[in-house]
Amino acid sequence: MEALTNRVKVMERKPMTFVEKIYLWNIMKGMMITLKHFFKKKATIKYPEQKRPFSPVWRGLQILNRDEEGRERCTACGLCAVACPAEAITMEAAEREPGEENLYREEKYAAKYEINMLRCIFCGLCEEACPKDAIYLSETFTPSNYTRESFIYNKSDLLIPDPKTDPQGFAKARGNRAKKEEV
Amino acid sequence: MADEKKMMKVTIDNITIEVEPGTSILNAARQIGGEVTPPAMCYYSKLKGSGGKCRTCLVEVAAGSTADPRPMPKLVASCRTNVMDGMVVKNITSEKVIDARKGVVEFLLINHPLDCPICDQAGECSLQDLGYSHGSDDTRYEFPRRTFEKENIGPYIQLHMTRCILCYRCTYVADQLTNERVHGVLDRGDHSEISTYISKAIDNDFSGNMIDVCPVGALTDKTFRFKNRVWFLKPLDAHRDCPTCCGKVTLWNRGDEVYRVTARKDQWGEVEEWICNTCRFEKKNTSDWIIEGPTKVNRHSVISQGHYVGLKMPPETLKRVMDGRDPRILMEIHDVSGVNKPEIHLSELPGPAHSHDFLEKDVTRAEEYPGHVPQTLADVDAKTDSR
Ligand code: SF4
Ligand code: SF4
Ligand code: SF4
Ligand code: FES
Repeated sequence: MEALTNRVKVMERKPMTFVEKIYLWNIMKGMMITLKHFFKKKATIKYPEQKRPFSPVWRGLQILNRDEEGRERCTACGLCAVACPAEAITMEAAEREPGEENLYREEKYAAKYEINMLRCIFCGLCEEACPKDAIYLSETFTPSNYTRESFIYNKSDLLIPDPKTDPQGFAKARGNRAKKEEV
Repeated sequence: MADEKKMMKVTIDNITIEVEPGTSILNAARQIGGEVTPPAMCYYSKLKGSGGKCRTCLVEVAAGSTADPRPMPKLVASCRTNVMDGMVVKNITSEKVIDARKGVVEFLLINHPLDCPICDQAGECSLQDLGYSHGSDDTRYEFPRRTFEKENIGPYIQLHMTRCILCYRCTYVADQLTNERVHGVLDRGDHSEISTYISKAIDNDFSGNMIDVCPVGALTDKTFRFKNRVWFLKPLDAHRDCPTCCGKVTLWNRGDEVYRVTARKDQWGEVEEWICNTCRFEKKNTSDWIIEGPTKVNRHSVISQGHYVGLKMPPETLKRVMDGRDPRILMEIHDVSGVNKPEIHLSELPGPAHSHDFLEKDVTRAEEYPGHVPQTLADVDAKTDSR
């Protein structure tokens, strides 16, 4: 068969010369490369003492957002779960009762909300689908762990601090991205 | 051949069809089917006298008939206009119709709340479909939308007056299906609303059909309220021997739990046969029904998401290479997950779930797994800062 591309490289099978046979020269060449790297800028950092900044468009661990009054924004519409290609999100909804208006923004809220971080591929489609500004991928990653069970994140893991009791924690957990969207 | 009816020739969007005299343009278009069928929000073929309220079915009549081929001066409501021999109708081929329909959608949405995320009708709502296909994606309305006092119309049906588009279908159901109507449209114009006199509960045997005929989420099933989104449920055709009705229904299941029972709907979103309240609200066990099989769902409907029809599973190899032993399950999801707990049956609650139905508190990962690395950026920072 004729070659389809011109990338064929014909192997040379000459016998090695003496210098090549003792490998010394090639070892030296390799050592030189190693030596050169001593004087180059390091590509790694000493995590966790040093940390790299996350890009503002980094798609990291999800947070569930609250509004300025500390009410949960999520209304369990299920759009994130239907958008999720990994089927990582599950939820169960409940009706807000009189007296719970300070907890939930809407008549309906997510009583249970879970993301299976083992399934999540951090595509960010849940954030895009949410009509209520309720879910954001934050600028951090999902921490590693020893058990599978610890990757099922429920609402208490995902909800960010209440701005009324912990304004700093709220601002920090919300990160930069959520703020920009708000006008 | 004397008793053969004279058929009428009508051309809709350049497609000619022969129909019986007395057929409305809408029904003639439905006989053709497909894109040329105007949308209908208030007309319901099974309810006498319905139609003529919403104006979404407007079409242009380019030629009245063979005898009088002048065009009709204004757009006409196709559900209320009968065909004439030689009539030429333009629906999607007419710029005027497309534009007018956009206006109608805008009017229908003027007082409509942005409720879709909490509305149980979402996913099977005619107004959503209409807005998506014919509306503009913006609103020009800047004034407060009308609101109503919440009214309780009984244990089975939930009324959301703000979502009502006043199609009158539900009042026709009450008039024609049940022996006595106790609800109707009060007031006029902007103030008109569906109500029952002195909140008299609707407890007729067939009153539940209002839920199915309501094109929007104004009347929804209270026993299904907020239990799940329709697109996460599995529609199944099922039937039972019912002494009052035909007993042919669609079950909406999650797993083996029956979350909702509705009548079967045809391609126009209309009920095939009415069902009684016992079938709809009382029979929420799979054992009450004889299941025929999965309902065929239009591929373009959100309800078809995640329904992998015709799926061919590859042969399971794990068991074979493990000499017939089952692989060890490393995590039973129900042990960890708080959602869909086997011991909590949402479908058995008479109404929506409330906070007290989920008494079991969520345990944070940090509490349950003390060695757990903190989760938010703030936590990570706090931890490393204190080092
Ligand atoms: S980031 Fe993507 S995969 Fe992860 S939960 Fe959201 S939608 Fe699902
Ligand atoms: S996070 Fe957003 S998209 Fe997901 S259920 Fe809540 S409101 Fe809907
Ligand atoms: S009735 Fe339809 S358009 Fe209106 S809120 Fe419900 S789903 Fe949305
Ligand atoms: S369907 Fe014809 S006016 Fe509503």
